Amino acid sequence: MAVAATTAAGARPSVRAGRRPSAAWVGTVPFLGYVGVFLLLPTAIVIWNAIRNPVAGGLELSNLKLLFDSAERSYFTGSLELSAGSSVIAAVLGAFLAYAVASGNPDGIVRRLYLSGSGVLAQFGGVTLAFAFLATIGPTSGVLFHAGWYYNFPWGIGLIYTYFQIPLMVLVFLPAIDGLKIQWREACENLGGSTWDYWRHVGAPLLAPAFLGATLLLFANALSAYATIQAWENQISYTVPQQIYIAISSEVGLASNAADVLALGMVVMVAIIMIGYFLLQRRAARWLR
Amino acid sequence: MAALTSVGETSLAGQGRRQGGMQAGRRRRLNLFRYLTFTVFGLFFLLPLLATLRFSLEGKKLGTWSGAAWGQIVSYPGLLPAIEVTLEVAVITCLVVLLLLVPTMIWIRLKVPGISRVFEFLCLLPLTIPAIVLVVGLAPIYNKIEHYTVSALALFWVYVILALPYAYRALATGLGAIDVTTLSEAARSLGASWFTVMFRVIAPNMWQAILNALLLSSALVLGEFTIASILNYNNILQVTLFDISRSTTNAGVLFSTSLAALLFAFVLLLILSYVGRRRGRG
Repeated sequence: MAVAATTAAGARPSVRAGRRPSAAWVGTVPFLGYVGVFLLLPTAIVIWNAIRNPVAGGLELSNLKLLFDSAERSYFTGSLELSAGSSVIAAVLGAFLAYAVASGNPDGIVRRLYLSGSGVLAQFGGVTLAFAFLATIGPTSGVLFHAGWYYNFPWGIGLIYTYFQIPLMVLVFLPAIDGLKIQWREACENLGGSTWDYWRHVGAPLLAPAFLGATLLLFANALSAYATIQAWENQISYTVPQQIYIAISSEVGLASNAADVLALGMVVMVAIIMIGYFLLQRRAARWLR
Repeated sequence: MAALTSVGETSLAGQGRRQGGMQAGRRRRLNLFRYLTFTVFGLFFLLPLLATLRFSLEGKKLGTWSGAAWGQIVSYPGLLPAIEVTLEVAVITCLVVLLLLVPTMIWIRLKVPGISRVFEFLCLLPLTIPAIVLVVGLAPIYNKIEHYTVSALALFWVYVILALPYAYRALATGLGAIDVTTLSEAARSLGASWFTVMFRVIAPNMWQAILNALLLSSALVLGEFTIASILNYNNILQVTLFDISRSTTNAGVLFSTSLAALLFAFVLLLILSYVGRRRGRG
């Protein structure tokens, strides 16, 4: 992802690297082993369980027909609407906030407050968040007002999602804005460019890949968010994660792999987004040289 | 030691202030934009927290004030043990994340820079694989783990994975700001072992990044619900809160505990940002 790609550029090959590559490689084995067992293996298990017959074993691709049922499709559309809506809105708003933070004193209290706050709020997109909004605009008990549209999908929950999406955007987008050099702005002004010209021809094209990367990160984040929506509404399922939960809790003792199939659907969804991201970024990178 | 620290900080000092030499009109417009943005977003972020605070101070009768809910944090059945277990998981997760990432990142930087892209990809992968997908595949693995222990502490195995992207980003920033190659070659030529290079030369130079990684990882553990809930570890803080919310609607203790956890993480992060600055001056 572009958000963290900046660091790799700083790597400088050591003089000794490459002399004994086989021995040096061993140093990464503990990490690779850990990631293999707890990240790659679970993903492989999901994919394998999704495409095999749950009772007899052996390959059975007809499982995947489940993904095209009208009911299951509605969960995927729901997830898509919620994630796309909340990530695009939060990305735009978060970018403005990040710029406001970045343009201030790098040692100032405002920057510290917003960065620390963002670090916390981006992680607390859980049960806590649903409680907080219940207290603010809950349909029966809100302090501020009682909002009926609170339970409207996807806008009610989408608003709640922006509460952790915007801080995440600030966290991942701020380094990109910090990377804009004041000299570029001055060069633009010296050539007679206005603020608009600067953003139109310099700032926006430079930030576009990072912005896009951050937006897709927010999308993936919203897609996998489960705690908030579960605490907010447990009567109706709107999204795939909720439906996976139902599948998991109802298949105890049953030979079913609905959860795995739905999970595979999510993996495919994420994979498509990531491929699109890499293609777009390659295109954007061409203009940045 | 002082000379070593200054190596890391000279590069940061050059970043400078962004506002210098700006036209007066533009600065006025920028400041207007900034204050407006901070006010609007500040309200958006603060209002739900204030409402939570109000709810946590609700008395027995609606509209009255009482501090009872804050006292209940320690007295509510099952809550205090949940907080303890969650904090323990957070500590273990942080330690494992550091032991796994710091040596590997330094090693890759020095010895096998060729795989740094693959390494970065693996570290950021958990951001894109939804936790709920991970948990579906983890169920069989955790069945094996539960063969040996059924303690909720075992959750750290997967929390380390969830924390990887955040810890990696924090550590990579710290590592990028120091000249790892020069430091390690200097130490090695003076006869230091690899252990000394990593833990006594390089790690102290990126201690702020390490602290940052620790705090982001603990914030993650304090807020995690999905995996603990689905793997049925009901004594984890967020799951306990969820269960309380299901059995008693609008229980004051929900709001006080949520707010306390948020404030705890927030204050830690804020302190860290100041600690880092003081060190930079000295």
